[in-house]
Amino acid sequence: MGTIFREYKANNRDRSIEDRRRHKELVEKSIKENIGSIISEESIIGKSKNKKIKIPIKGLKEYYFKYGKNQKDVVAGSGQEEKGQKVPKGEYSKGTGENGAGSEEGEDIYETEVTIEEAIDFLFEDLNLPYLQHKKFNEIQTEYGSKRSGVREKGPRQRLSKKHTMVEKIKRQKQELKARAELGLEKEIERIPFHKEDLRYFYRRPKFKRDSNAVVICIMDTSGSMGQTKKYLARSFYFLLYQFLLIRYVNVEIVFIAHTTVAKEVSEQDFFHKGESGGTYISSGYQKALDIIEERYHPQNWNIYAFHCSDGDNWGEDNEEAVKLASQLCKTCNLFGYGEIKTSTYTSTIMNRYMEDIHAPNFTAVRILRKEDVWTAFVEMLKVEGKGAGREEG
Amino acid sequence: MNYTLKELEAYNEKIEDLAKEMGLDYYPQEFEIISFEDMLCYEAYVGMPSHYPHWSYGKNYDRLKTTYKYNLSGLPYEMVINSNPCIAYLMKDNTLLLQVLTIAHVYGHNDFFKNNRLFKEYTDAALTIEMFKNHGTRIRTYIQDPSIGYEKVERVLDAAHSIKYQCGAFCKPSYEVTQKIEYPQENVLYFLSQYGNLEDWEKDIIAIVMKESRYFIPQIETKIMNEGWATFWHYTLLNKLGLPQGMQVEFFKVHNNVICQRPGSLNPYFIGFKIWQRLYERFDGDFKEMARIRGCERDSSFIRSYLDYTLCEESHLCEIQEEERYYVVSEVANEKGWQNIRNTLAENVGLGSLPTIYVEDVVKNENCLVLGHFYDGRELNLAYTTETLKYIQTLWGGKVILKTHLAKISRKIICSEDKKVTIENV
Repeated sequence: MGTIFREYKANNRDRSIEDRRRHKELVEKSIKENIGSIISEESIIGKSKNKKIKIPIKGLKEYYFKYGKNQKDVVAGSGQEEKGQKVPKGEYSKGTGENGAGSEEGEDIYETEVTIEEAIDFLFEDLNLPYLQHKKFNEIQTEYGSKRSGVREKGPRQRLSKKHTMVEKIKRQKQELKARAELGLEKEIERIPFHKEDLRYFYRRPKFKRDSNAVVICIMDTSGSMGQTKKYLARSFYFLLYQFLLIRYVNVEIVFIAHTTVAKEVSEQDFFHKGESGGTYISSGYQKALDIIEERYHPQNWNIYAFHCSDGDNWGEDNEEAVKLASQLCKTCNLFGYGEIKTSTYTSTIMNRYMEDIHAPNFTAVRILRKEDVWTAFVEMLKVEGKGAGREEG
Repeated sequence: MNYTLKELEAYNEKIEDLAKEMGLDYYPQEFEIISFEDMLCYEAYVGMPSHYPHWSYGKNYDRLKTTYKYNLSGLPYEMVINSNPCIAYLMKDNTLLLQVLTIAHVYGHNDFFKNNRLFKEYTDAALTIEMFKNHGTRIRTYIQDPSIGYEKVERVLDAAHSIKYQCGAFCKPSYEVTQKIEYPQENVLYFLSQYGNLEDWEKDIIAIVMKESRYFIPQIETKIMNEGWATFWHYTLLNKLGLPQGMQVEFFKVHNNVICQRPGSLNPYFIGFKIWQRLYERFDGDFKEMARIRGCERDSSFIRSYLDYTLCEESHLCEIQEEERYYVVSEVANEKGWQNIRNTLAENVGLGSLPTIYVEDVVKNENCLVLGHFYDGRELNLAYTTETLKYIQTLWGGKVILKTHLAKISRKIICSEDKKVTIENV
């Protein structure tokens, strides 16, 4: 039997589609399942969207019995190697040879890295947030200056356009000559003067700037009772909030306010890592926030999101003041939220007071007990935002 | 296409004449010309268009696509199937030279499939295509069965794939149930298909996975020899073809790319080609001697017998050990070290790169499966082992224990019925 050559036949059937789709589905499922623990590790600011984060994807790796430590490998080197020499991993990027039985086991592409943006997209994808309907909250219009926009027949003398006026005059001149020719009149005419109808003026249109600015004001209780775990939960929450706002606004700033009995603005590092001893006046944090808003973030130019995380152990005498200032924050901010981070299930006095006394539609109070709650609490909070609540403005 | 089918046939005829004259002995050959997408698809599905579905093949496809984009080691777009007649695919957009070279390369593989002992003993080339079709049909039937469905099938496939190489590679158990299982039993898959807590269709899926693994084991065990053999033949045959000058230049370029060796890895095409070329010189072109070797060796014995000092030195082979942030060069190819390098390589190739796991015992009253790991100084990757044990637990139904060494101490890794994994000292 001779060798057979079969000619090319276009085959539009791609039988891998279904398996690829299933694979992708499993990847996404896995990312969603793990996202909560991933975001908790991330630093909030100064990270580009393209930064890759590692996502452990279970069920996607094809697990099997394989060797780990103490394995020797034979590779072809450059010829310069000496016994005992240490070769940086970058130089031998593919240390394990391609010759093994696991030859179809390359590194999984998906398993390792996803950009923050992609991860956040995965997260927010399911929420079906009505982004566009609430655009009025996103953009603030301010008039600044004006812009030339064509010419008009009326206007102030200062904006007279000599060029356009001249053109009009020449047009009229030509018309007249034409008319004369048709009527059989003589072509020579005396000079044609400018007429009022020739005058043209530049038009200037007022220019509006659409500002898309947002500021997140993170207020946190850093008193002795707020341990590392609680701060960690708070941090996850702020991270989500920040990422969320990044999607909606062009320019997002972030302010950290740490308070015990007094409040001060601090760096991100200090915010999450420095603990202080002492009591708690929640109102001090709110007052500081209001001061900063007054000073730097005028509500007309900024969308303000303030969020306060505390374990709720406020000193009794401060409760009244705290409620008062919280209401005030509701008035200046798009959204003011209170997150109570606790390891037990009872509700603090201050949280009860908030629930009873603050009726602003843009106020929300959530409770976070465990890592898994961060996401639910966040979704809960967004519902308030989604209702279209917001400060009253034009 | 910068060639016609007639041209391919003409070149093929010349290649076949030369190959036969030099002694190659192969199955009837069929070439199919296909597109890039088809090629990816065939490769992702281990060459079998009728292969059963599983997400891992979808993952394969995407990975191959990326690999081709960035890295072209080996012969790009080459796919040969160990079947009788032998089927090979040629990618239509390849240049004429690439097609001619692939054709010659394929006859090398074809000859190897037909004559190497492992293939002769452990695979049945005449039934290959039928077997894969049959497997595909069976699995699809289970998926379509309303009482089973996709997810349940996937669950068993996921688990069975994780131990697909624990399929008793070189023992030949007759699958008669009457036969009493002997411990230790290296064919973990077979054992589970007999004694696992499984329904009949689940047992059948395991049997399918096992059969497929066993079909591929000869290829795994002879990767270096086989690729080297095919590369040696495309090189030899094309040199004798008397190609026009342009094609000759392209031939050298492509060939150099195929055997290109990047520091830090080991290209099986490269090392295999080198050894065969050396044997060719050593036997002064005597095909019979070479044929004997291609007939009876596998990678580990091939390397142990024929990788010599000169070759180690020429190829700058070295032995390395992975540390946290770097590799330590533990041996270099000098007079003292080359034998260690050769031995390490011989131990690491083929199935040697995978740990040996066996069924040691079953504790009946606890419904507990006891597995052992043949420890030779190399330890298991704990993360992978943990997950794999969970898969085995799925198939077994009860508790699963694996005896192994961690940090050089003898340990038991225990996977409970609710898939909690713990480690205990023995």
